[in-house]
Amino acid sequence: MRDGLSVGVAVGVSGLAFGAAAITAGLTVAQACALSLLAFTGASQFALAGVIGGGGGLVAGTLGAVLLGGRNALYGMRLAATLGVRGRRRLAAAHVVIDETAAVATAQRGPAAARAGFYTTAITLYLAWNLTTLLGAVGAARLGDPEAVGLDVLGPAAFLALLWPRLTGGRAAVRVAVAAAVVAVAATPVLPPGVPVMLAAVAALPALLGRRAAP
Amino acid sequence: MSVWIAVIATGLGCYALKLGGLVTPRRMLDDPRVRRFTELVPVALLTALIAVQTLTDGRTLELDAARLAGLGAAVAALLLRAPFLVVLVVAAGVAAGLRLLGL
Repeated sequence: MRDGLSVGVAVGVSGLAFGAAAITAGLTVAQACALSLLAFTGASQFALAGVIGGGGGLVAGTLGAVLLGGRNALYGMRLAATLGVRGRRRLAAAHVVIDETAAVATAQRGPAAARAGFYTTAITLYLAWNLTTLLGAVGAARLGDPEAVGLDVLGPAAFLALLWPRLTGGRAAVRVAVAAAVVAVAATPVLPPGVPVMLAAVAALPALLGRRAAP
Repeated sequence: MSVWIAVIATGLGCYALKLGGLVTPRRMLDDPRVRRFTELVPVALLTALIAVQTLTDGRTLELDAARLAGLGAAVAALLLRAPFLVVLVVAAGVAAGLRLLGL
């Protein structure tokens, strides 16, 4: 419970950053809030805002954002047995299967504590994230020039912070990261905005080859 | 209007994936290659986003000193194990400060 509350509040405040980044990218306050209410998965939201801000194709931006949400499906597979929800409750629980709720739930001992951690994180984070998205968006909308206060760095810095634990976790991840960055930058002058990011997903393909994955 | 469609489509797509995970049989994850691939796709996408948003403007490559310094400050903050929000504030603050100085 306590884990859930602290994670929910701490991460929830980051909605400020998302709200500000969304406005900087050219979304309206209502669009920023709708994304937080409907998508409720930070990296995907930052991704869509980033592509729109780059003047990018909305189809590629949407596909990239959804693809980035693919990891939530993995969390769901891991959590399904622990949560043991059925019917309408499963429809509600699914919406809050994200990085933070999965992390808190899997860090607990025993299924009862895992469920308590999951729901505490979910409710706290959902409220905090949506409230701070609104505040960040309204605040940024009142600023004259978002670049003058460095808001254009929020997107990349947020991605870096999200990526950090994975990069420090293994050499395979670093190799994929470098390859993806090269592909995306090299493709930028020749492909419509948004598409290079999608294309960079091929950097993860070697993981599918070979009998045993490299360490 | 089309931005609204993208917002709603992203919301629906992300929700479908979350629900899909909860209802998928667990043995889908048993193949280690599939598991590794699904763990590395977010790494590829996030790095690509960082690279594109830091180094390009539209379809041209662009080196913005303030933005690069902001990202460098974020790396330093992460190495010092700063919390998420501190990392963002430091990054934006450094970029803003350098622009104020006319860089």
